[in-house]
Amino acid sequence: MIEIKHLTKTFESAGGTAHALNDVSLSIADGDIMGIIGMSGAGKSTLVRCINLLESPTSGSIVVDGQDVTGLSGAALRAYRRRVAMIFQNFGLLAQKTVIANVCFPYKAATGKVTSENRERALELLDMVGLKDKAQSYPSQLSGGQQQRVAIARALACDPEYILCDEATSALDPASTNTILKLLRDINRKTGVTVIVITHSMGVVEKICTNVAVLEHGQVVEQGSVADVFAAPQSHAAQVLLERVDWDA
Amino acid sequence: MLDTVSAFLTEYGGLLLEGTGSTIIMVLIPTAISYIIGLALGVVLYLTAPGSLRPIPALNAVLGWVVNILRSFPFIVLMVFIIPFTRLIMGTGSGILGTIPPLVLSASPFIARMIEQSLAEVPRESVEAVEACGASTPRIVFSALLPEALPSIVRGVAVVLISVLGYTAIAGAVGAGGLGDIAIRYGYYRYQSDVMLAAVIILVVIVQVIQSLCDFLARKSDHRSARS
Repeated sequence: MIEIKHLTKTFESAGGTAHALNDVSLSIADGDIMGIIGMSGAGKSTLVRCINLLESPTSGSIVVDGQDVTGLSGAALRAYRRRVAMIFQNFGLLAQKTVIANVCFPYKAATGKVTSENRERALELLDMVGLKDKAQSYPSQLSGGQQQRVAIARALACDPEYILCDEATSALDPASTNTILKLLRDINRKTGVTVIVITHSMGVVEKICTNVAVLEHGQVVEQGSVADVFAAPQSHAAQVLLERVDWDA
Repeated sequence: MLDTVSAFLTEYGGLLLEGTGSTIIMVLIPTAISYIIGLALGVVLYLTAPGSLRPIPALNAVLGWVVNILRSFPFIVLMVFIIPFTRLIMGTGSGILGTIPPLVLSASPFIARMIEQSLAEVPRESVEAVEACGASTPRIVFSALLPEALPSIVRGVAVVLISVLGYTAIAGAVGAGGLGDIAIRYGYYRYQSDVMLAAVIILVVIVQVIQSLCDFLARKSDHRSARS
């Protein structure tokens, strides 16, 4: 279980201080598929990047299974990051490495080497995402949807407890989006991994999420089950995202 | 025509061959040493920059200044300026040995900037994805950043080699030998433009070979576009 407590993140720049996150509190239950939705600039990417500490929070804490991870550094931080995999909007694959080498990278990161068992496991994962025959290809030879499936296989390499998806389908066409969403849902059902989905698309939330939090100007303005929020959105942000307002107003 | 060429080669062939050899040695040895220093310096500059993987703004600024200061010296000034230092470590201030310290001091900061730039071209998301896998900084550098930047680094090697080749011609003017020295001594001081022309033609050929070879290797190692 991930508990986000009073999380604040500010960015200092020459132009002044920007509050990307302002006292965000949220909890994400194990096995859930949680959507975090908001307009561009609402702070949702910052929030998910704070969860695996790619960004360090200005104040507040992230508590995972009762352990405060906010102050982790060095080997402890790296060990924690292996429990929390991440997939990115533009896939984040290594262009100079083959598909199989990309999927094996987390093993290399963890132990400094890739064993033959690791390689077998990576092939199983590639088989699961339907790309076993592309193991020796380079990412540039694959379509966007295929590259994201490779990224999912890589994310699963270290058997994570959580998968963070930062706009994972925003760069994909509707057909590839559906493939990726089904894959994430099936993995969630099969392994019980918790999935946290960052998106600006209500369609994505509707398809796979059970719970949703709506972010606006760095604050959670609404949260609840997808069914409830879709039936009666309370916040203006949710109404806009659901296109329940007159677009021409 | 053939007679003239063969007479020319009989008289100056040995000289040009020796000059070519000296030039190649003067380019390769200092460049190799400079890459060891420049690679390390470039990686540190990249890592310690604000917003990078290990931001240490103070160290980054100091290294940046050192690099900029060394790069602002015109090569000939640097070479003369450090002659006492060169004598101290090489035992001589002239000849091929005497060119190594100034060439290294000149090329290393240049290489550091080229490496820094090549690393900065690696997409941010790829680096973050590797970081999010729980990779340590050395692992990120050696297993991800440098391999990803390889084609760009190889292209940089051509730029560096050709620049160093230009520096060796200047070094030649103060007694280090090589093709630049021959071109100046025979062409400028003795008005023997045929010898100068021959030296220049050899320099042009060397530049072409360096560029073609590095382009070929860069293309071979580049998997970033679907055609490779």
